[in-house]
Amino acid sequence: MAEPLLRLTGLRKHYGGLAVTDGVSLDVRPGEIHAVIGPNGAGKTTLIHEITGVVLPDSGRIDFAGRDITRLSLPRRARAGLARSFQITSIVAGFSALENVALAAQARDGSSFRFFRPAASERALNDAAMAALGEVGLGDRAAVPAGALSHGEKRALELAIALATQPRLLLLDEPLAGAGPEETERLVALLTRLKARYTILLVEHDMQAVFALADRISVLVYGRVIATGSVAEIRGNAEVRAAYLGEDDA
Amino acid sequence: MIRRNWLPLAVLAALALAPVAGFASSYETTLMARIMILAMAAVSLSFLVGGAGLASLGHAAAVGVGAYAVVVLDAQGVTEAAIVLPVAIVAAALFSLLTGAIAIRTSGVHFIMITLAFGQMAFFTASSLSAYGGDDGYTLYSRTEVAGARLLENRLAFHYIVLGALALTWAVCAMLLASRFGRVLRAARENAQRVEAIGLAPYPFRLTAYVIAGAIAGVAGVLLANATEFVSPAILSWQRSGELLFMVILGGIGRLWGAMLGAVVFVLLETWLAEITPHWRMIFGPLLVIAVLTMRNGLSGLVHRRHG
Repeated sequence: MAEPLLRLTGLRKHYGGLAVTDGVSLDVRPGEIHAVIGPNGAGKTTLIHEITGVVLPDSGRIDFAGRDITRLSLPRRARAGLARSFQITSIVAGFSALENVALAAQARDGSSFRFFRPAASERALNDAAMAALGEVGLGDRAAVPAGALSHGEKRALELAIALATQPRLLLLDEPLAGAGPEETERLVALLTRLKARYTILLVEHDMQAVFALADRISVLVYGRVIATGSVAEIRGNAEVRAAYLGEDDA
Repeated sequence: MIRRNWLPLAVLAALALAPVAGFASSYETTLMARIMILAMAAVSLSFLVGGAGLASLGHAAAVGVGAYAVVVLDAQGVTEAAIVLPVAIVAAALFSLLTGAIAIRTSGVHFIMITLAFGQMAFFTASSLSAYGGDDGYTLYSRTEVAGARLLENRLAFHYIVLGALALTWAVCAMLLASRFGRVLRAARENAQRVEAIGLAPYPFRLTAYVIAGAIAGVAGVLLANATEFVSPAILSWQRSGELLFMVILGGIGRLWGAMLGAVVFVLLETWLAEITPHWRMIFGPLLVIAVLTMRNGLSGLVHRRHG
């Protein structure tokens, strides 16, 4: 089996007496979509913060692409190839869709300490940005101010930004949050397309989407991974049903 | 380019033509020099505020460092621009680097308060420099020389040098904001989290912008010292920083040249009101408040809306 791209080993994080991350170990293999599910308050957000570097774990380690990134700063993790989307869409609303993505391409393409040439006239950046916009189906919305895009389009734009950094791992924090049924359908189709070419760690509430997309699922409850397995295994796991799915299925 | 910037270009053209169109008296050129120099400082501040999102309330300190560089060198008998200018630029840049390195770690109100505190430190330091007049200030008996020539003593030459410096400031700041560097600044102003998530730490970009703006302010300080031939701690008081910030807001934060417009209107209004009544501040203050309340995007926003 291939070496995992991302590996969490014994991550712990306490807030006061509360163990928010309580010895989490899981790995993401190259090419797979690994989904993390769990009820509210399970510690999913904290786990994402630990992986992206917003929060440092009290103990445990995070290896990414064969390198210990446990204490790396947030931008450095991004440069190492960890791209993320946010639970609440995070874009530069005042920039056009194109400039949002071109900025990401620029971050990827060497130094941003360049002072003379207008960035908007850099063909290579604009071409890379257009390619990423095309990939998420926003090719014809490039000139629109990002703040004026619809919710679903903003979600897609955030994916395009992530893609433009040429990531090794996409970390998607509830990409379907707040999307209507139609938007959800479109976003799931988009994620299905991306699945062929990217390794993804997906944190998501929408069970149907998770079961449709994921190769493997880890179930997080009260800061612990109570099960990891294929979609079928997780669906058949009695403990998971009791802890989590039962509430949803009822 | 010209269509979008016709107003600031017209202002610059008017300033270029003014001396040959009959406005060449000592009073008029002095007033124009003051306007242009403050505009220069205000444009560099606008680059910080509108571009990088760094609302400094200590920008006058960098102007003051530049002005005091002229004073200190003058006291040593050094008046050559080839020495004075680089020393002033380096001093102002260094001051900005040291204070910015700390201030930029904070944001919002904290950033404003820290820049204010550093500005006040500079003010009291200048006040205590008894060798350079302390509170009373220091009179320069000659202006800075250019390659040994007393070029700046010539009213017209000084006018056009200051005008050139202002135009250059605008061009440089505009170029920086449009560059890759400026794109990161603008993005981080709006959404620092997003910038970090794609792998760029905003801090070094912001600090660089802070140093550049400080260096420009230092040049403005050299010109101001030469224009007034007198330097006192008042040049770096926090009131002066507030005035600069006000020019930026009055002109409109979103556009660099708004600061230029803000400086023109601010100084002209101040001068005109001071001529008609000794209680001019009673009118000036409320006028500024009304201006801010009624024009959301400042003077430049007003113009932009009407002319598309």
